[in-house]
Amino acid sequence: MELFTDYTLRTVALGAALLGVVSGVLGCFAVLRRQALLGDAMSHAALPGIALAFMLTGRREPLILLVGAALAAWLAALLLLAITRTTRVKEDSGLALLLAVFFGFGLVLLSLLQQRPDAAQAGLKSFLFGQAAALVERDVVAMAALGLPALLCVALLWKQFKLISFDPEYAASLGMPVGLLGVALTTLIVVAIVIGLQTVGVVLMSAMLVAPAAAARQWTDRLGVMVLLAAAFGATSGVVGALISATGRGLSTGPTIVLCMAVITAVSLLFAPERGILWRRRRIALSERVPGA
Amino acid sequence: MSPQLEVQLIAVVIAAACAIPGVFLVLRRMAMLSDAISHTVLLGIVLGYFLTRDLASPLLFVGAVAMGVATVSLVELVSRTGLVKEDAAIGLVFPALFSVAVILISRFASNVHLDTDSVLLGELALAPFDRLILLGLDLPRALVVGLGTLLLNLVLVLLFYKELKLATFDAALAAALGFAPALVHYGLMTVVSITAVGAFDAVGSILVIALMVGPPAAAYLLTDRLSRMLALSVLIGAASALAGYWFAAWLDVAIAGSMATMVGVAFLLVYLFAPERGLIATAARRARQRWLFAEQMLALHLLNHAGTPEAAAECASDQVGEHLRWRPVFAAEVVRRAEQGGLVRRQGPMLALTERGRALAQEASLR
Repeated sequence: MELFTDYTLRTVALGAALLGVVSGVLGCFAVLRRQALLGDAMSHAALPGIALAFMLTGRREPLILLVGAALAAWLAALLLLAITRTTRVKEDSGLALLLAVFFGFGLVLLSLLQQRPDAAQAGLKSFLFGQAAALVERDVVAMAALGLPALLCVALLWKQFKLISFDPEYAASLGMPVGLLGVALTTLIVVAIVIGLQTVGVVLMSAMLVAPAAAARQWTDRLGVMVLLAAAFGATSGVVGALISATGRGLSTGPTIVLCMAVITAVSLLFAPERGILWRRRRIALSERVPGA
Repeated sequence: MSPQLEVQLIAVVIAAACAIPGVFLVLRRMAMLSDAISHTVLLGIVLGYFLTRDLASPLLFVGAVAMGVATVSLVELVSRTGLVKEDAAIGLVFPALFSVAVILISRFASNVHLDTDSVLLGELALAPFDRLILLGLDLPRALVVGLGTLLLNLVLVLLFYKELKLATFDAALAAALGFAPALVHYGLMTVVSITAVGAFDAVGSILVIALMVGPPAAAYLLTDRLSRMLALSVLIGAASALAGYWFAAWLDVAIAGSMATMVGVAFLLVYLFAPERGLIATAARRARQRWLFAEQMLALHLLNHAGTPEAAAECASDQVGEHLRWRPVFAAEVVRRAEQGGLVRRQGPMLALTERGRALAQEASLR
């Protein structure tokens, strides 16, 4: 098969799988903690960070750009916290405001960069919708350098993260530093977002956090299973989407991956045993046929 | 009119049109629906284009508005199954619909004037070149659409002001009085969709979000009255649009992005300097209350101990802080302020309450 011989395709598939696993795992916590839309705001907010990192260093080194993106996304999360804590502006308004303002500022910086004569800035636009075909080995290395430590953190702090996701009050009563753990989890979600920026793009990255987790949730009530399933869903749709996009003409990677993921999510919502819509409908129908059963 | 002036006029009109429904989105905690709607209307436009093969067809407008409303009901449908929470439902629905639109464009419509960059950015600089004749006047299409949207929003707000106000601030009472909440909700969502579609061509989806949410969020920190919040939102939106235009012209950068940035700057200014709810005003009020409270404590202490055997120790000006467990620097400052404010006076080494100080202490002890 082409996949095992073609070097470019193998790199792309590896990057997309890595992205799928990391965003699938961390997305579970984002969804359980009702931070699904925070991911959307933070991924949009990463754009000015990418542009600024490039402006300051003048290099398209992936690790530098990703660190810039992470700092900007983190700043947005911090500002959201400040705005909702100190004013009566609610979280939804804060999210929408920060998303649009940071992204708008990112577009300003991008257009400023376009005035430069050098060609190095040309690739920055691909951060909008992602371009998996352009992934090279050093990109995947940068993704791994950020993603694998993030996964390790989740494994090490598993019990703590589990508890603050389901019952933060109880966690606090046990003396856990709930606030600090929340910040740590948000930081890891930022890492997941940043990993996806080159492949999926800032505009659709939030879907990579929400959809695998929402799909996995339908199949199980156990967090461990949910996280593994979400990682598998994320990796599958990432690889399939990236390969379709890399071989097809004029297909941005982000939308292709998101659509693959949407199919998995729709199937999960409809057919998952016990929770799925069709399953429940069948159970209702059965209980009507056998009165008192 | 020069193209520059026309661009600014279009931007101001669109900013005003977006601010009006935005106020209700912010107050009803549905701001993120503007994010969803402003993205998915693209799918409506694309599908309308495939149906008519004509980018100027009014059917595209209708399709886009319908898609905006459909997005909201799809989000509700998904979240009502109880399988996912509402925020996750939004995060599931709109990226999927938007992805379909982006793929359809890049696959089948890349040769027409519809590209994904202008979807996000808009093409405000080009707006003056797309013109139409209305009532014998040669006007930019975006201006006509923007004015139409603004007019519609104004008329609807004036007509249904009471209903909107009640449904927003007391949904239960509104329902009890027979104003169908679903009708108000979907009416508002239709208006948001119409506004998003009307503004979309010129300013792009990101600026639509910025203009719908930013100015009302800032105005929310400035006033407690709905009518004033509406007026202030329009003003802040228009001012941000103008500032953004000039900033973009100065640095030769993306106009829509620059306007969104200015919305952020406007919010930041209000956040810092708002007279009552601003960060600085709040900090000043906290500091003032802290001194006031300390002075009350001092007065109470003096009232309790004046004329008692231990008064010599308790009321000495250099020991009073120790008894109240204050740090010496803080205690000295409190004594200085209380003296200056005419609450206490020095009698040798001792502090004594004045009439005003006694009144303050008695008032504080009654509370």
